[in-house]
Amino acid sequence: MHEPPLRSPRAPAWLAWFIGRLGYGLLTAWVISLVVFIATQALPSDPARVILGPDAPIESILTLQRQLGLDQPILVQYLRWLGAALRGDLGISLDSQVPVADLLFGRLGHTLALLAGVLALVVPLALVLGVNLALRRDRPLDRWGLSTLILFKATPSFLLAIGLVLLFSMPGMGWLPAVSILDPQQPLWRQLHYLVLPVIALGLSALPYLTRMVRASMIEALESDYVIAARLRGIPERRIVWRHTLPNALTPAIQGVALTLRTLVGGALLAEVIFSYPGIGTALNAAIQVRDLPMIQGIVLVITLAVVLINLLADLFTVLLTPKLRTARRVKMIRRNRRGLRPWWRRVRSAPAQEATHD
Amino acid sequence: MTDSRWLADPQVRRGTVITLLVMSLALFGPWLAPHAPTAMVGPVYGPPSASAPLGHDFLGHDLLSRLLSGGLSVLWMSLAAATIALLVGGSLGLLAGFSRRRLDQAISWATDVSLAFPDLILVLLIVSMLGRAPWLIVLTVAIAFTPGVIRLARGSTVAVAGQEFVEAAQMMGYPRWRILFNEILPNILTPLLVHFGNMLTWAVGMLSGLSFLGYGVAPPAADWGLMINENQAGLLVQPWAVLAPALLIGVFAYGTNILAEGIGRVSARIGEKQP
Amino acid sequence: MTAALRVDTEVLRVSDLRVELAGQVEVLAEVSFGLTAGEIVGLVGESGSGKTTLATALLRHARQGARIVGGRIEVAGQAVLELEGEALRLARGGLVGYVAQDPATALNPALRVGALLHETLLAHQPGATRDELRQRIVETLLDVGLPDDKAFLRRFPHQLSGGQQQRVMLALAFVLRPRLIVLDEPTTALDVTTQAHVLETLKRLCRGHGVAALYVTHDLAVVRDLVDRVLVMYAGRLVEMAGREALFVRPAHPYTRALLAAIPDIARRQPLQAIAGHAPAPGQRPVGCAFAPRCPRRRSECLVVEPALLAHDGIHQVACLVPHQEPVTLTDTVSEAAAPVPEGEAVLLEVRDLDVAYDRQVLFDVSLQVGQGECLALVGESGSGKTSLARAIAGLGENVQGHLRYAGEPLAFSARRRDARLRHQIQYVFQNPYRALNPRQTVLQTLSAPLAHFFGVRGNEARRRVEAVLERVSLSTRVAHLYPHSLSGGERQRVAIARALICEPRLLVCDEITSALDVSVQASILALLRRLQGQGLTLLFVTHDLGVVRAIADRVLVLRQGRVVEQGTTEQVLGQPADPYTRTLVAHSPSLIDAGQT
Repeated sequence: MHEPPLRSPRAPAWLAWFIGRLGYGLLTAWVISLVVFIATQALPSDPARVILGPDAPIESILTLQRQLGLDQPILVQYLRWLGAALRGDLGISLDSQVPVADLLFGRLGHTLALLAGVLALVVPLALVLGVNLALRRDRPLDRWGLSTLILFKATPSFLLAIGLVLLFSMPGMGWLPAVSILDPQQPLWRQLHYLVLPVIALGLSALPYLTRMVRASMIEALESDYVIAARLRGIPERRIVWRHTLPNALTPAIQGVALTLRTLVGGALLAEVIFSYPGIGTALNAAIQVRDLPMIQGIVLVITLAVVLINLLADLFTVLLTPKLRTARRVKMIRRNRRGLRPWWRRVRSAPAQEATHD
Repeated sequence: MTDSRWLADPQVRRGTVITLLVMSLALFGPWLAPHAPTAMVGPVYGPPSASAPLGHDFLGHDLLSRLLSGGLSVLWMSLAAATIALLVGGSLGLLAGFSRRRLDQAISWATDVSLAFPDLILVLLIVSMLGRAPWLIVLTVAIAFTPGVIRLARGSTVAVAGQEFVEAAQMMGYPRWRILFNEILPNILTPLLVHFGNMLTWAVGMLSGLSFLGYGVAPPAADWGLMINENQAGLLVQPWAVLAPALLIGVFAYGTNILAEGIGRVSARIGEKQP
Repeated sequence: MTAALRVDTEVLRVSDLRVELAGQVEVLAEVSFGLTAGEIVGLVGESGSGKTTLATALLRHARQGARIVGGRIEVAGQAVLELEGEALRLARGGLVGYVAQDPATALNPALRVGALLHETLLAHQPGATRDELRQRIVETLLDVGLPDDKAFLRRFPHQLSGGQQQRVMLALAFVLRPRLIVLDEPTTALDVTTQAHVLETLKRLCRGHGVAALYVTHDLAVVRDLVDRVLVMYAGRLVEMAGREALFVRPAHPYTRALLAAIPDIARRQPLQAIAGHAPAPGQRPVGCAFAPRCPRRRSECLVVEPALLAHDGIHQVACLVPHQEPVTLTDTVSEAAAPVPEGEAVLLEVRDLDVAYDRQVLFDVSLQVGQGECLALVGESGSGKTSLARAIAGLGENVQGHLRYAGEPLAFSARRRDARLRHQIQYVFQNPYRALNPRQTVLQTLSAPLAHFFGVRGNEARRRVEAVLERVSLSTRVAHLYPHSLSGGERQRVAIARALICEPRLLVCDEITSALDVSVQASILALLRRLQGQGLTLLFVTHDLGVVRAIADRVLVLRQGRVVEQGTTEQVLGQPADPYTRTLVAHSPSLIDAGQT
């Protein structure tokens, strides 16, 4: 019989994969910086003209161009900007004359707190709901649950937010603040009640995707041969759900969380504006309104780099949590699609119809 | 052959009816409107009357007329954006998935880069830099959606291209375009169609969100998203001015969404029958 | 392995079992039989016969959509169908063990071997101490022929070979010491050598522990040396039940005989006999005997009266109004002289020093020649590189180096760089008929595309040729307007062959084209290929099954890990194998005929 030899312990193969993946992430980050720069500073439209408006006198435009370094060759502009950004210097806000990095820092914390709140609400809820719907597949609870989720999924997230604001501005609904104008003198953790409504609004729009993903991968795992075999071995049902199926269903969920975060960053912008929450989204909105170029560049750069980092972490967790990948001699690149992760060894065999159930 | 099977599903039928209803309201509404959407015909936040059954908005426009006229922009812009994204992304994804070499790497990498930009952020960035002409908004929304289509089309193409009937066609030496259009395309149409439905839903949300933020259709033109924004202040006096456009946006998004869901479910069911 | 353990007590008694799909569609009915301790019984049937349904019903499990609606199953005195909740859970595994078909999917990829064994024991003996658990696990691992060290217990299923995986499945079943064990085609995913070893282990375990076993399979040859008795199943009913000797020597049911005649066997070269027609789908059972429409011995009353399973001769039972009485002589067909080896005849294809490498090298300096009009079989176990070789010849290979010559001219490696004449003369038929046809094209579209492409033939002439080629592969012409999903696996494979034939090929490369099909369908496809070869077609037939080689090939080439280890005429290689590897393959290939007689 052919017996694979026992492998001696050595540096795990996924480490080599991770180094490659890290390089890929860095390369992506660099291209992103290029794209952000080109979109803001190198497009045919003159940023100084955009900032000051069409009627501004030529002198002030020239002054602003000098101030922004727009009179330099485009390559020099980019290198300077990139070099400063690498040192953490994102320029001076045109609107408030404060360094962008300082402005961003506080705002970023607020947005991170908001996103953390949403994840803390959505991930456990999606797991519990997804597992329970999967266990009651095609029964009334499952069907009602799915219909409700579709309703939330279809409703644009800013409508949910507006709905909540309306509801809590009604007389008699004052027990939660309808808008989240924080008191800048107090630390955020002393005014957490301001987070409740934005978290709920964003959570409701993120919940359907994750829940349905958990449900779908749970169903796939529950119908697998190994679950049938475990049942026919007399393994208790509770153990089958939590030890046999959930770990295998979790991997797609990690990629799902990464995708959700990306969507949430966009959704957070609207939600922050609606609730007047002082996060990075309101900052971007304000910066765009007053054409604060360095501020726009800085915020977009931070957001996109965060997305790159999230994807990197999601891939790392996927490899570490999948024994087959963790112990493999070679780990190949993982590709995501909208349904989440479809590992390379299953990708090729899948029928296209299965992809139809994504998102 | 597949159309009749799709329509047999109650969810698909419901989605179709809802979508068609909202679409015809948006399409024919401007002709039915009793007043011009920009004509100020009554008091600010005036109550409902015989000539204005839903009352008036923040500038005294007839609310009903604005509702009837305000859907067309959302409708055509979301349809156009989703269609452009489908055509461009579909072709690029098909090409990438089939070539599987340098071209694939290049397209996939570009996709990865653009997927680092959250949709709304990308659209805001471009619109704020280049202006808010409707065609520009359509284009930017399409650009934001295209990477997702590429990824889906590429994935499905790779799955189909790995099957033996495509290899058989390659072995026969059929021209590439023929393999792409006759062998692969028919087999990836369904997931793309489902995705198109989803994109419509997202486009409705994004366009009305843009209008709501004030980057979309410019006032005084009527637009459902814009109307929510404009009338927020008078919410307690004239709740319909906010609720009605929000409801219409929600219903339209819901209709397109369950239509897409239904198509996806039916085709998955048909797929089960074909081992 | 003491004889004392083999008490002749009944462990399993099934009476009048009935399983239905929704809408009272019958899958399985009137099934009654028994098993005694230590006895191994084979359950044989083709796909759709209900054999897997029966197997899982013994654990009170029915697949999605099916329901056990009637009958009684008693295992060691316990009525399994009446068990509920906790009692049922303990009966599954504890009383009746189950070994699934494909160990690669039946072992949880996220759990280590040790964890699987541990949890299985703990689920049934929650009070056991660590030492007891440890001792039982070690014992069982040694029993099934696996290492018992810590490193092995810490492995994940994907780190094991196919044979080891199936042994782990056996260990998971035997660690609980059940009274009955149900095995659902446990060796179909394994190579013949591994299969032989696993079967040996299984036999030893059942005898040693006095466990009764029900072994489900579609291939009678596999179980010939394993079982004590055989149950034959057709369209959801048992049609014959007999001791091993009786069944193989004196099969009474016409279906059993037809099945035996359809199995390709390494020990006999004889034309295989296909069974005409199809088995009825669930819910479409005819009145009378379900096999009557396909039966050569059919009488008029067969279409009216449904025969019950009645005693035929001692424990031999058969459900037939006119059972066979005479013994069947499996060796009687005198080995027809192998088609004369085309000595000195024109060489159609020549392969010289072919190397193929992907991540690792899969073919090493392979050279071979295929003569005009002959059938060369490429034989090897999984991983031998036989498919890579076939694909390289067909022009589908990647990373190929070496020399190919076709009819005296050099042949490019990529089909794209071959000219149209070569492309239509060399055709390839794929292994999996379910993925070889475009699901969105009708058979007519699939078949007329090459006509237009190679010969510029369109319209009525194309339709005429399509109908002609469908007739050539024994398909009805109305198939032309169907989509692949309404065809069976065998019909799809015929369409795939027709697609190759319509190109007017001289060389047909067949890659395991019958491995996904039932034996009776396989027999008809092989017969078709032989007929085509008689019409002058040259065949390159890739397979892992030496029985199929015997049935079809003139010459054989044996591949092992990318190298040619032996080649020669079929008689020579299968009769007097020279290479030790070939000898092992031949020795482990299942056969219906006693080894001494070959």
